[in-house]
Amino acid sequence: MVMVPVTDVSSRANKTDTWRTQKPVIDYDACIRCMICWKFCPDDSIAYSTDGNFPAPNDRIAKLEAPVIDYDYCKGCGVCANECPENCIELIKEEVE
Amino acid sequence: MNRTVQKYNTIMTGNEAVAVGVKLSRVRFISAYPITPQTTIVEKLAQMVADRELNSRYVEVESEHSAMASVMASELTGIRSYTATSSHGLLYMHEMLHWVAGQRLPVVMSVVNRAIGPPWNIWSDQSDTMSQKDTGWMQVYCESNQEALDTIIMGYKIAENSDILLPLMSMEDAFVLSHTTEPVNIPEQKVVDDFLPELDLSFRIDTDRPMGYGSYSPPDGPFMELKKDMHDSMEKSRKVIRKVTEEFAEATGRDYSGLVEEYLMDDAEYALIASGSLASTGKYVVQKMREKGLKVGLLRIRFFRPFPGEEIRKAVKGLKGVGVIDRSLAFGEKGNTYLEVAGSLYGKRDTPLYGFVAGLGGRDVKIEDFEEMMSIMKNREPGSYWINVRGGE
Ligand code: SF4
Ligand code: SF4
Repeated sequence: MVMVPVTDVSSRANKTDTWRTQKPVIDYDACIRCMICWKFCPDDSIAYSTDGNFPAPNDRIAKLEAPVIDYDYCKGCGVCANECPENCIELIKEEVE
Repeated sequence: MNRTVQKYNTIMTGNEAVAVGVKLSRVRFISAYPITPQTTIVEKLAQMVADRELNSRYVEVESEHSAMASVMASELTGIRSYTATSSHGLLYMHEMLHWVAGQRLPVVMSVVNRAIGPPWNIWSDQSDTMSQKDTGWMQVYCESNQEALDTIIMGYKIAENSDILLPLMSMEDAFVLSHTTEPVNIPEQKVVDDFLPELDLSFRIDTDRPMGYGSYSPPDGPFMELKKDMHDSMEKSRKVIRKVTEEFAEATGRDYSGLVEEYLMDDAEYALIASGSLASTGKYVVQKMREKGLKVGLLRIRFFRPFPGEEIRKAVKGLKGVGVIDRSLAFGEKGNTYLEVAGSLYGKRDTPLYGFVAGLGGRDVKIEDFEEMMSIMKNREPGSYWINVRGGE
């Protein structure tokens, strides 16, 4: 059999968090769960969460699925912050420890 | 090829013959951008699709780069795919040629060999495909319209072999084959169906099993191993090519004898090495020379990739001189075929080797040009010579 450059692990195995110079942080108190950030993230680094433990602007929104950023893969491009209609994603400069 | 057993059932141009080969191979996806002298291949295929004579998707695109990109995408879904181009169109595809080969996709493409400008020139010349010889594609140079048809069918079978999975480009000379009518035998669909099974691409895109295609590899990832595997498959393909041409001979009676064709080589003292339709004139000259008592033979290179080094070493053993004709050259070096032949003989054979750069931009290579080559081989030092060029060699 020939070797083919097809894999189900490489994009999972290759973490890209160190590529980030700025980190997007969601303010859940303002987030309306529209999931526009999820839709726009070019790296598929935003997931849905249903655990209901996130703060929310009100009780109705608290019951909805919330966006969660996977910081192992987020490259810090800032697209999510730019697209968020509530302006509730803040980009914080990454510091080298 | 044994011409005495040929039974022709029609006449057609090389480009029509290629289109018929594509149809018989049950290609399911075609994408192309027209360029002289390839145009009539894809024109014919588009007509076949429009007339529902061929059950295939035909996608027009805005460039050759996109043609190859869409063929790559369709082949990845496990669908037998095809494109054709020439000259500048092929150069525009260059990046995607590496992608298709690196992704291990058994695409077959026709290239009608045409010169590269400037100055603008639409005639026969192998500079276009020679500049793509290291992209991981197999390369076949056809001599006749019949061979152009048959090579599409054999090409898919070779490329789709599970030990190979590399793309293949099949060449015809501009106008001399592409637009010239010759007798052709069209095999029956049933014969082709029995010979060429349906494509079964094990790693095709499957929405139930999502995978990453062509994804990233750092230096310590599998990058180097993947390249070595392509090379290993190219090496192995020699055996597959010999086997497939044998099977094709059994199915159709037409024997293309593997990677090269030997013409009157058995008792030869001198040999010419040529490819494409130049070999036909070469064979005629060889006959004439033999009538005059000179023992000459001709070795026609069909496959340039993989390169038939073993066949060449065997054929030239003990010869007094070998002349390699090239319709392209590496500027500042010599003809491309000459260089490859020299590479495969180095350290193993000390046969005097001559290179002849001839016929660039479609300049006719005439009988007297072949006679000049023979005279150089008999009277002058080994080396590289220009044939029929104004201002001297
Ligand atoms: S910064 Fe970019 S990569 Fe990170 S979560 Fe936002 S959109 Fe995705
Ligand atoms: S785009 Fe903004 S408001 Fe919408 S889900 Fe994402 S963080 Fe919340």
